[in-house]
Amino acid sequence: MNRAELLACPECDLLQSDSAMPRPRKALCARCGAILYQRHDLGLERTLALTVAALVLFTIANAFPIVSLELQGERTDATLVGAVSTLWSQNMQLVGLLVAFTAIAMPLLEIAALAWLLFPLRYGRKAPFFGDAYATLQFAQRLSLVDVFVLGALVSYVKLDHLAEVQAGAGLWAFAGLMLVMATIDSNFDPRDLWEQASAL
Amino acid sequence: MNSSAARLGLASCHTCSLVSRVESDDALCPRCGSRVHLRKPGAIGHCWAFLIAAMILYIPANTLPMMLTSSLFGSSDDTIISGVLFLWEDGSWYLALIVFFASILVPIGKMLALLVLLLSVQLPGVQLTPERRARLARTYRIIDSIGRWSMLDIYVVALLATVVQLTALASVRAGPAALAFGAVVVLTMLATESFDPRLIWDPVEEENGRRRAAA
Repeated sequence: MNRAELLACPECDLLQSDSAMPRPRKALCARCGAILYQRHDLGLERTLALTVAALVLFTIANAFPIVSLELQGERTDATLVGAVSTLWSQNMQLVGLLVAFTAIAMPLLEIAALAWLLFPLRYGRKAPFFGDAYATLQFAQRLSLVDVFVLGALVSYVKLDHLAEVQAGAGLWAFAGLMLVMATIDSNFDPRDLWEQASAL
Repeated sequence: MNSSAARLGLASCHTCSLVSRVESDDALCPRCGSRVHLRKPGAIGHCWAFLIAAMILYIPANTLPMMLTSSLFGSSDDTIISGVLFLWEDGSWYLALIVFFASILVPIGKMLALLVLLLSVQLPGVQLTPERRARLARTYRIIDSIGRWSMLDIYVVALLATVVQLTALASVRAGPAALAFGAVVVLTMLATESFDPRLIWDPVEEENGRRRAAA
């Protein structure tokens, strides 16, 4: 039996063969129902385009305030970096690091790893440290909490709305956009496509 | 073919999912070079350690204040639960529900689910039907995907503290519970990550093997 056609379910380890032709778009484990793979035509092309969009949105999201508060003519802005430094100055360094890690560092690492893997592949080359870069991507994907942060920002916005004049900043919109782009990447990007293209080179 | 990969000495790579033969404990994936294991080493022990630590820290996370607010009208210390109640009484019931879900339901549900998963793979003599196993597998999949949402309150406190601290009328500070709660979130994520869901199905293999041997 050709080993390339063997699949072991990542969740229950049932060995299955991927022999149906043409290959289905989505395959579920016969025993526990976990997703074995989910492919798309042009999945990698689309992911690369979305990665570029994500980088632009990420930059805007971090450069502009997320919420602004206006109280008696006094205006305060909260950017994400500002929030980290507030926690730092309030003697909550670890919590600050946790926020910086999950909302800034990991999303950036995810975008960088995708670009590292996909740009050279687009031009028929395999990026150096391909395996390590993919392992990094997997790690960053699990720990990047952009979606949770967007909901957190919305909750803060509504809470502040009772107190004073609040405005949603460009940072919040960019973060919401980034959340959508990252979700679209998740549903378009199948690592199986990536590894097959890379090993064909 | 109705067998786990491990029974045939094969394992799927965690990184690139290529199925390859595993001959020793330090086998490497031939395609991507990651370490390949038949099962995650020490999965049950690591998972217990992270889970117990998370359960202990969950106590200060709920009893200590999460957010310290002071204004001209006085000061108040809010725990996670009193924060939810405040939102509820304030008429923002939808926000109260979101925060209740993310900060209370998700962490408690996650810790209980991990407890059930660990006990059901570890206790000897536990007989599970295939349906129950499938339900356990689904439980693992759910806690793995919703666990991240418990970070919500940490972000809320961080943003509120930043935007309110500079105004003269009021100030908001992150309380000590933020640290404990952040640790609970990280520890439960690590616990979920270290658990190996394939352990749920391994007894099925043993039974099948015994049946084959008897036939």
